[in-house]
Amino acid sequence: MIIPMLDDFLVRAGLAAVGLSLATGPLGSFVVWRRMAYFGDATAHAAVLGVALALATDLPIGLGTLTVALAMAVTVAGLSARGWAMDTTLGVLAHSALAFGLVAVSFFPTVRTDLSAYLFGDILAVSRGDLALVWLGALAVLALLAWRWQALLTATVSEDLAHAADIRPDRERLVLVIALALVVAVALKIVGALLIAAMLIIPAATARSFARTPEAMAALAIAIGAASGIGGLALSLWQDTPTGPSIIVVAAGLFALASLRQQS
Amino acid sequence: MSLITADHICVRFGAEEVLHDISLTVRPGEIVTILGPNGSGKSTLLRALLGIVPAAEGRITRQPGLRIGYVPQRLTIDRTMPITVRRFLSLPSRVSDAQAGEALARVGMAGQGHEQMTTLSGGQLQRVLLARALLGRPQLLMLDEPTSGLDQPGEAAFYRLIEEVRAETGAAVLMISHDLHVVMAASDRVICLNGHICCEGTPRVVSTAPEYRALFGLGTQGALALYRHEHDHAHEDGPHHHHHGHDHSHDHPHA
Repeated sequence: MIIPMLDDFLVRAGLAAVGLSLATGPLGSFVVWRRMAYFGDATAHAAVLGVALALATDLPIGLGTLTVALAMAVTVAGLSARGWAMDTTLGVLAHSALAFGLVAVSFFPTVRTDLSAYLFGDILAVSRGDLALVWLGALAVLALLAWRWQALLTATVSEDLAHAADIRPDRERLVLVIALALVVAVALKIVGALLIAAMLIIPAATARSFARTPEAMAALAIAIGAASGIGGLALSLWQDTPTGPSIIVVAAGLFALASLRQQS
Repeated sequence: MSLITADHICVRFGAEEVLHDISLTVRPGEIVTILGPNGSGKSTLLRALLGIVPAAEGRITRQPGLRIGYVPQRLTIDRTMPITVRRFLSLPSRVSDAQAGEALARVGMAGQGHEQMTTLSGGQLQRVLLARALLGRPQLLMLDEPTSGLDQPGEAAFYRLIEEVRAETGAAVLMISHDLHVVMAASDRVICLNGHICCEGTPRVVSTAPEYRALFGLGTQGALALYRHEHDHAHEDGPHHHHHGHDHSHDHPHA
């Protein structure tokens, strides 16, 4: 009796990790190319505030995180377009959102004990419904990026060349911002708010040294993200470590291996 | 009938007026060159025409559906992005391998489609940028100091190529140059810029205009003196403060 059940939640967890990497691979590549790492952090941290607001208003947690992450991402994108000093602005916004979120969540005693699930993820507790949401969200992000791919790449290579080709860089930036908010909402359950940015950046950065085209890098980042997810899951089961951090540990290990290979 | 028209445009960066009351028109098939010292707003003017920087006053009208091929002065692709020359040529519109190969051959980069963009020299990059611009079958080519990465024979070949393209496709060319004598030969019309339009006309007319001579500090010396112009030229007749709104610098041999 026990073994089929075990299989089931593990299969769910594995599928969730693979689904997430479908979105984080290509989006993470853009985050790396456009140096938006801190931006991803700010959006992810804001998600904790979204959790608190969702609990307070009895709305689904996914909706709360999506809304707040989107609000944060749009705010930050708007401020950066107006030329604010970005590292300070992001530092203030990201950490304030995280702190407010943590304080607010502590008002809900039932959640209090479970706070680490939002900070570090709880992939082993992914339900069928969660799994469906992860895949829907990830496929939506993938479809959005595929649809805008040429314009996004052009605007990333050069905003001036994009302008000359009647592509509006600010609109393409908004596409990335929306995709980022979606990924944050989806990934919160899997790797947690603190490590979403790592899931975006590390597989993409690992893929960089093996790729000759942007598409190859994005595809490879998907594969590396999925491998990290499954590897992290295995590590977590084997050593009874928190799953979200375990996934990132495996991703970081792969990154280190790739860097070593690059140097030799 | 004109491809693009600027009607009394002003461009400001903060309180600073970088371009003042500029009106110009480019008609099909003509080669127009913008000349001016560093910081005179040449690149800004091109960028304003492209809609990259907004005009604070005035209007810019493009012929509806105008296809522009833009070659920026430089392009810095983040080293984190792997991208081959071939892939770059397919941005933003995908082109076939045959088209890409032909465009590369045209600019003297045949067979180099597999190279990474980040490893190209300045001159190679400029030629790839031109190849990409040509692939869009432009009605108007806008070139920002297209020869700054080339040596002298390369420069001459580049301008011949531009002339060929114009002859074959009928594309108009609006380019920025600091390279006076080549420009004089290759242009139908020259516009002297220093925050405002100092003078404009055919190369022959402009080269004898007092404004042009004042702008480039020309006395009665020969062609080499063209290179002797003062970079920090200040106009006597205007209160504008000209500022380096862009970060280019080209050092001529002050022979």
